[in-house]
Amino acid sequence: MFRVVLAELRKLRRPTLVLGTLGAALFFAALVTSFLFLLIDDPNGNGDRGRQIGREVLSLASGSVTGFSSVGGLLGLIALCVFAAQTAQEYTYGTLRNLLVRQSGRLRILGGKLIANAIFATIMVLFSAAVSIGISVALAPRAKVPTDLWFTSDGWSAIIHTIINVMIAVIGFGIFGMALGLLLRSPISAISVGVLWMLIIENLLGAVKESALKWLPGSQLNTIAIGGSETISYSHAMQVGGAYVIGISIIAAVLFSRRDVAN
Amino acid sequence: MSSLAISVRDLSKKYGDRMAVSHINFDVPLGAVCGFVGPNGSGKTTTMRMLLGLISHTGGSGQVLDSSIDEPEKYLSQVGAMIEGPAFYPPLTGAENLKVLATLGGFPIDRVQTLLNQVGLGDRAKSKYKTYSLGMKQRLGIAAALLPNPKLLMLDEPTNGLDPEGIQEVRALLRSLADNGTTVFVSSHLLSELEIISDYLVMLRKGEVVFAGKIEELLLAQQHVIIAKGQNHADLEKILSIATSMGHSATIRNNEVHVHADADWASTLNRAAFDAGITLTQLTPQLPNLEETFFEMTGDK
Repeated sequence: MFRVVLAELRKLRRPTLVLGTLGAALFFAALVTSFLFLLIDDPNGNGDRGRQIGREVLSLASGSVTGFSSVGGLLGLIALCVFAAQTAQEYTYGTLRNLLVRQSGRLRILGGKLIANAIFATIMVLFSAAVSIGISVALAPRAKVPTDLWFTSDGWSAIIHTIINVMIAVIGFGIFGMALGLLLRSPISAISVGVLWMLIIENLLGAVKESALKWLPGSQLNTIAIGGSETISYSHAMQVGGAYVIGISIIAAVLFSRRDVAN
Repeated sequence: MSSLAISVRDLSKKYGDRMAVSHINFDVPLGAVCGFVGPNGSGKTTTMRMLLGLISHTGGSGQVLDSSIDEPEKYLSQVGAMIEGPAFYPPLTGAENLKVLATLGGFPIDRVQTLLNQVGLGDRAKSKYKTYSLGMKQRLGIAAALLPNPKLLMLDEPTNGLDPEGIQEVRALLRSLADNGTTVFVSSHLLSELEIISDYLVMLRKGEVVFAGKIEELLLAQQHVIIAKGQNHADLEKILSIATSMGHSATIRNNEVHVHADADWASTLNRAAFDAGITLTQLTPQLPNLEETFFEMTGDK
């Protein structure tokens, strides 16, 4: 498995992929965090879906990562696209047959791919966290947000917890992408279906019946990223989201290990 | 340790109602160059994929390097393969592509440059794969197949897209690998090339083996062909009719009459043609080559 991870990392470290992915992640992290502080007095809200996040919330110990936790869902979508593309491209390029000739253990290939992509996603999350926290620190004085509690022991604990939660969410989104890549065997189809579902279909379903959001996968992963919400608890999101991730992983692994490689 | 590199018994693959490969049997001895031929869709690639564990078989059994094809992990580290053309990551360089496979297989990374030099891509190692010509892609595929220093090399149409010089180089490479003990199992549509380099031949037609054995046995078993040509194009039909009237099958191919008859019957044909007022400008008894035999046996004219 270790060799598979190293081989996958060789593919992932190409400059266009690294710079493109990090560029998108950092852009969203910077944008969302900047809006949070720059629009703090805007009557239309400064958070997700017009939510108002005031100074009293941002001055808490978790204030430095409030912006970062909000960007978790977008980082998740980026991870979904990367994981899906990296998996499905093996079919479109026909390279899967090369991989399987050099490493016939199909589950080892899958596991190695997942670990390598997870490492890639972790780096993306850590960079985004650094940028988001940096921007928060830089913009807090201008937005008149006290930062006294941000780097206390409670503040650091909040930072670590948020990074872990975002990481769990991002890898969860990535696993969905990987599964879609395996099922659909085309990067374009996998990314289209994944993004369409997570961004549009879940939101439409939520708009029609809000309680549906408690049971939809993307909503659970978003909730994990922000550490729980008023309507969905963290533990509920972990259980339901985890069940989705495990379920789709099993389906994808069974398909991948049994399906003929005929292209 | 058996003396066979590949051995298949009743190996079959069924897709829905269609038998892609039907109960095939053949052996490939260790150290041999074995040609694998058949018309398009005859099951060559499917067979190779089954031997590499890429697709499951629906019947029969197979052994590669003494291990069952149900346990490909036991032999794949000693097998190099290029199936259905080269397949690599376009945004990576040629060298990076090979390094991915070398890392995956646990082969020394410094072998990559040696192999790139060996296939004539040493100076393009740092170029992206997407900038390679078809011939260069093919060479990279061959280099990838050689990564494990294989005991068995399985190549599907390795000379596709290569220029005559490249074809000659691949031929020499395969021969030298075989001379050093590597078994080469190679499919190609260039039958004249296979005839030159192969010791053994497996011929498929519609998913069934029509011949498996030494290539010289196949050619020797074929009836001689007498190739005759007259001064005028109109003479061809007359020569054809003379041959058939004397009980020999004959066909017109490439402005020549091919008569299936022993070599010593040529003098009889010459006399009969002379009596019919035809001056033969060519009268050549010869054994059919692999291409003619292939057409004969597969009915794929």
